[in-house]
Amino acid sequence: MTAEANAGVPRLEVRGVTKRFPGVLANDHVNFAVDPGEVHALLGENGAGKSTLVKMIYGVLHPDEGRLLWNGEAMDITDPHAARALGIGMVFQHFSLFEAMTVLENIALGMDEPGDMASLSRRVVEVSQAYGLPLDPDRNVYTLSVGERQRIEIVRCLLQNPKLLIMDEPTSVLTPQEVERLFETLRKLSAEGVSILYISHKLDEIKALCDRATILRGGRVVGECDPSVETAKSMAQMMIGEELKSVTRRSAGTHGEARLAVEGLTMPSEEIHGIDLKNVSFSVKAGEVFGIAGVAGNGQNELLLGLSGERLAHHDTIVRIDGEPVGRRDAGARRRLGICVVPEERNGHGAVPGMSLVENGVLSGHHRMDLLSNVFIRFGAAARFASEIVEAFDVRTPGIAASAGSLSGGNLQKFIVGREILQKPKVLIVSQPTWGVDAGAAATIHQALADLAAEGVAVVVVSQDLDELLAISDRLAVINVGVLSSAMVTKEASVEEIGLLMGGVHGLEPAPERAPEEAANVA
Amino acid sequence: MSLSTSFKIEPRREIPRSLLYATPLLAVVLTVVAGFFIFLFMGYDPFLSLYHFFVSPLLTFYGLSELMVKAAPLIMIGVGLAIGFRANVWNIGAEGQLTLGAITGGVVALAFWNQEGIWILPLMCIAGILGGMAYAAIPAFLKTHLNVNEILTSLMLTYVATLFLSTLVYGPLKDPMGFNFPQSRMFGDSALLPILLEGTRMHLGTVLALLIAVAGWVLMTFTIVGFQIRVLGQAPAAARFAGFSRTKLIWLCLMISGGLAGLAGTFEVSGPIGQLIPVITPGYGFTAIIVAFLGRLHPLGIILSGLLMALSYIGGENAQVEVGLPQAVTGVFQGLLLFFLLASDFLVRYRIRRRAAVPQAVGAAQPAE
Repeated sequence: MTAEANAGVPRLEVRGVTKRFPGVLANDHVNFAVDPGEVHALLGENGAGKSTLVKMIYGVLHPDEGRLLWNGEAMDITDPHAARALGIGMVFQHFSLFEAMTVLENIALGMDEPGDMASLSRRVVEVSQAYGLPLDPDRNVYTLSVGERQRIEIVRCLLQNPKLLIMDEPTSVLTPQEVERLFETLRKLSAEGVSILYISHKLDEIKALCDRATILRGGRVVGECDPSVETAKSMAQMMIGEELKSVTRRSAGTHGEARLAVEGLTMPSEEIHGIDLKNVSFSVKAGEVFGIAGVAGNGQNELLLGLSGERLAHHDTIVRIDGEPVGRRDAGARRRLGICVVPEERNGHGAVPGMSLVENGVLSGHHRMDLLSNVFIRFGAAARFASEIVEAFDVRTPGIAASAGSLSGGNLQKFIVGREILQKPKVLIVSQPTWGVDAGAAATIHQALADLAAEGVAVVVVSQDLDELLAISDRLAVINVGVLSSAMVTKEASVEEIGLLMGGVHGLEPAPERAPEEAANVA
Repeated sequence: MSLSTSFKIEPRREIPRSLLYATPLLAVVLTVVAGFFIFLFMGYDPFLSLYHFFVSPLLTFYGLSELMVKAAPLIMIGVGLAIGFRANVWNIGAEGQLTLGAITGGVVALAFWNQEGIWILPLMCIAGILGGMAYAAIPAFLKTHLNVNEILTSLMLTYVATLFLSTLVYGPLKDPMGFNFPQSRMFGDSALLPILLEGTRMHLGTVLALLIAVAGWVLMTFTIVGFQIRVLGQAPAAARFAGFSRTKLIWLCLMISGGLAGLAGTFEVSGPIGQLIPVITPGYGFTAIIVAFLGRLHPLGIILSGLLMALSYIGGENAQVEVGLPQAVTGVFQGLLLFFLLASDFLVRYRIRRRAAVPQAVGAAQPAE
């Protein structure tokens, strides 16, 4: 280790880096430095330029201006291969794993020089034990929880002895317990001199983990701080640049009959490794926001399909809207009765990427918004509907003729949420309402949901973001492997209890002990 | 420092509209260029051959009218297929549906062989449409109920249809006064499409083909049905999300394409042919697939591409007569056209970028400014 020879020289220094995309200045003369062994946070809203910046560090993109200094030496990082050769590892937000292959095969595929499989397997076990990342190299990936899958990506990086580890929003898919475990690993790495660049907008995590934080807004560095002395609120203000609005809830009349009632919904998944729904029951009254928490891939998608009518229940009475049985009615019929839905996947599910915003307004809007005259689409009315959504939800787009696929993820999300809310639903079901949208837009969406509830709409929010659910829901339940827990009143629920329900013991056991002879080989 | 250059193929983010419409033209130009060299290597005068293939058929009034006669079935079938293709319903068996439509329409004509009446022709058309639909219903049922790939079933059924037609004209429908030739009686006057222009074979069906293309455009552009078809093709999950029934739309697409192919078949036997014979189509049902793609699956584009492919038939015949080119030249040209179209479509979706791949440390070479 050359840390002492280079004492005082940062491991990575970003100097005056600028990156332009057509019409956007993604990074504007960005400066910051990461010292050896430092856990450095890169904090910013969506669209602040964090991803662009780390992609340049990892060699995926190339700066237009400025330079990157590695241990004090200017380097031209041409591609990720070169970045890895320098000692830069990156764990992406979305994993690139082959589900049908084993852990070991996946690790080998992502390495530049995997070597022979037997010794790689030994090294995987060594590294995973040394850093508290239990992994069985021979398990198939599809059998693993999201937390375990992330460990594969981390172990893959660690096998290359990185000097700098970039973590892009690593905790967005983890249970609170898994997050704590990950932090232990990262602290251990940092103690060994590995620098960590930690990208997040979760302020509590940054406070708990990071030594220093660089805050980006609109592509520029707007501040640097020590997270341990700042409050979450003060960092958020730096990040957003304005006072944070908190959601105001008018007391809603949550009395009366259930608007949405689900009783014993059991549904086998269509996916090969999907999650079957098992006897899911809950009900939501008018004016109530009902949260469904859970780690991704625990049956949320299946539940949403079953509620929207994209898949039918076995009996009509299993799903009721205002007492009317709709379990056997399709999505169009349910929409006409008042269920509006925002699915988790935007492109290709909630919207057709190749179609204009006008057409995407027609997609789900024509059931309730009087956009048809006989079989003909009333394009004038459809255009007005699309404009209304764009205005009300501040969708940044060159125009309503732009294709849905050309919008950024956050803007498309605003469009889809707006499209469903403006249809004046009786029941609104939203999955990941603020996934990928910036804090300002998230506040707008949360406020819109609260207002909707105040008007007497039954709102169901499915989210992996527990903080979000704690903030906006009246009651919540946790879904785990297709089973929905009984509902609890949000104010009385404890995070630990929810966390345990979310994870159970699933994904937290250590890897099974190796057979004795293999253990001998390791030694 | 090494100067290695590598090429990289990467998907385009936005597909430029201009390129989308330019590639069919590019494909035509490349086909002509390739044809030039094929003729050259085969020992024919390439200029003369191309002239007789592409130009001289267009110089006579009769040639132009024949162009319409050949283009009519291509346009009708192409429009129907394109609607299905938009929904990712791949009906490859229009040739068979056309044959069935010719049979059912022809059977009606022969059933009223010695009768007169303006109702005979409409009845034949309805029979033709129903025949084509019924034949397309087989792949539709197999796809929606058993998830059988419609490409295979519709294609294989084509050969069944052709053999069925042969069975009929060699057997029960053979002209009793026809000296044992495998053909039916000539249809009665009431069963023949009216000729629009004296001295040509241009029949009423050519005009109907154009109207059908316009109707197809209206359906796909302005109605919720066309919208549903487009959504199903582009994003099946979004179609389900919006409550569009996949099963119904698959049936609809196959009924439209089968019905139009069947009607085209009836037009062929009640127009240019005038009776049932063992072979009633020079591959219109297959060529219409090329027509659909060359016309960008757009009904109005299909009118243009239908005319172009019709020219390949007439030009092929003309070049046989004038230059002595082999009959296969028509098929070769059609194949080249499809090949070049698919190849240039690659450039619509992807671009090739040249980049210098030189990993290097610039620190030592360039002092800090």
